[in-house]
Amino acid sequence: MPASQAAIRLEHVSRHYTMGEAVIRAVDDVSLDLPSGEFLALLGSSGSGKSTLLNLIAGLDRPTSGSVIANNQDLSKVSSLELARYRRQTVGMVFQSFNLLPRMTLEENVELPLRLAEVDRSDRPARVREALERVGLGKRVTHRPSELSGGEQQRAAIARALVNRPKILLADEPTGNLDSATGESILALLKEIQKNPGMTIVMVTHERPLAERFANRLAIMGDGKLLSNGASR
Amino acid sequence: MKSRDLSDLALRNLREAILRNSLTTLGIAVGVASLVAMVSLGAGLQQLASKRLSQSGLFDSVFVTPKMNLRGMGREAAPAPSDKPPRLLDEAARQEISRLPNVIEVFPQVRFFTEVRYDGKPYATMVAGMPESSKASGSFDGMQGSFFSSAGANETILQSEFAKELSPQTSTLIGKELVLRYAERQSLPSNAPNSSVPTSPNSESLPGGFSVVPKEMHLRIVGVVDTEPASGFGGFGNGRLLIPLQVALTLRAAQVNDLRDIVRGTSSTPTFASLTVRAKGPAYVEALEVSIKNMGFGAFSLLDASKSLTTFFKVLDILLGIFGSLALFVATLGIVNTLVMAVLERRREIGVLKALGAADGDVKQLFFVEAGVMGLFGGILGVFLGWLIGRALNFGTNFYLHRRELPSVEISSVPWWLVLFAIGFAIAVSLAAGLYPASRAARLNPVEALRYE
Repeated sequence: MPASQAAIRLEHVSRHYTMGEAVIRAVDDVSLDLPSGEFLALLGSSGSGKSTLLNLIAGLDRPTSGSVIANNQDLSKVSSLELARYRRQTVGMVFQSFNLLPRMTLEENVELPLRLAEVDRSDRPARVREALERVGLGKRVTHRPSELSGGEQQRAAIARALVNRPKILLADEPTGNLDSATGESILALLKEIQKNPGMTIVMVTHERPLAERFANRLAIMGDGKLLSNGASR
Repeated sequence: MKSRDLSDLALRNLREAILRNSLTTLGIAVGVASLVAMVSLGAGLQQLASKRLSQSGLFDSVFVTPKMNLRGMGREAAPAPSDKPPRLLDEAARQEISRLPNVIEVFPQVRFFTEVRYDGKPYATMVAGMPESSKASGSFDGMQGSFFSSAGANETILQSEFAKELSPQTSTLIGKELVLRYAERQSLPSNAPNSSVPTSPNSESLPGGFSVVPKEMHLRIVGVVDTEPASGFGGFGNGRLLIPLQVALTLRAAQVNDLRDIVRGTSSTPTFASLTVRAKGPAYVEALEVSIKNMGFGAFSLLDASKSLTTFFKVLDILLGIFGSLALFVATLGIVNTLVMAVLERRREIGVLKALGAADGDVKQLFFVEAGVMGLFGGILGVFLGWLIGRALNFGTNFYLHRRELPSVEISSVPWWLVLFAIGFAIAVSLAAGLYPASRAARLNPVEALRYE
């Protein structure tokens, strides 16, 4: 596979924390190539390092050693300003607890990344509406998160992650706070989004059956190491 | 982030914790109010003092005396090399001085001690000539009656202390007549040195002595004044019976320097004991003083006293400002506290913003703008509160003065520069207070912030 085809490439990535005397190897020498357009499910038990690895790919954290190459730049070497731009323009993030801002309406929550990316005011309403309609919330734009069900909140969070048209969508336990039926519908939505040309999805989960149904590649982590990088299915 | 989005979000955040942010803003307002009240008190007192002093006419005047006068009689001080030779202070000198730039007028000081008869009883008093310009100086504000009807009118204005001697009901004096008895100076013709016969006016250029002839003049009382417009400077005491200067000059009453001139035998022309030169404004006084000294006269002004007065008020302003700022300093601790709490409370939100692509600078600016907005509102409210405090001080002072039947004053004044300075200062102080919380928010690790519940 040519290098330009890889959306994300991890080369001997380690992330260590020191707690007093002890060194915690949250991510330990992980290498992984992820071609553009894949839907990778990152499986593992609690504390296996899968969320830490996701944060490294998200540009929220920097590796202790090794390189994280995404969008043709080495995230371990760019400035924090560049890293912020990468988070703004290249990746979208979805969390287990949705992380919508409670005092803002759905519209305003989804507009937030557009504000940060300095998108023209006149272009914003159409893009917000488009993103919310895509996740099936076109009629609830003026509602606040607390007025919605968990599944709807997660859909809104996905709309917010997509509004800046990223190439990579990162999801950290997106179904963790949802019942199984709702979780399935969220994963179906992600699968739908994957069909966008060039969209790469990395999802952290510990629900293997769901991952097997929707992702086209499974990687398994344990104690910070990549136990299996899975083959494309 | 664009500034409009930044201020949108900042205002939104401020509204979300409306009670806490309002209390913090009120704290700033109280601080600014105390600063404004203190400084406005200083500014008001300064305005009051300088108004009073400029009305006195002392600060735009140069007082000219013959040089020998300053050195005293019989003693010849060695003149400094740069000194011009002393000159006589006569009519020619007066004309010359009045031609100097920025001079409004030059008038002699005419004062003499004499006797006045009113209602058949004699009273001793000091007579002073008042120039026309003194009408506008403010010294005659609030007088009973009116100013002289013309520069040459045979009218008089009495100083109220003296008026009370004539009649306890001073207002009844206006319109009455009194008789001024004075000694007229008459030059002696050289061919008749011992004659006491009055001679023609043009004979005064002749050398020789003079005789003193008692004369009388009827004056109508037109006004009574409380202040002492002719009080002490280059004179021999307070004028208590004021007459138009032009009238005073025609009286040719004997003055102290007449005798001295004769003793010295320096000149036959009449000289002035002193001249008062009024400049267009205090700014011209210094240059004028130098020019007059260069002409060979003694010159003196109260400019130096005025300068030290200005310095005094500057220091007073600074001291009052420092006291006022103490409350503002306490208010900044309130801002720091509020914003540090906000950073703790909004950790998760900051984490979300960073995950969505906010740079450290965006987060820092957001908190900075929040601090600045609190400073702006606190500043505006504070200026208003300070102005109210000033009004209250004015009201209280004037209430007290009114009960003592004294004229009202403005002791507190809020000039435009103070309004702008106070609001600017409030914003600057708030931004400084926001520095630490803002950088703390910016440094927040997004991974930890997102994990925070």
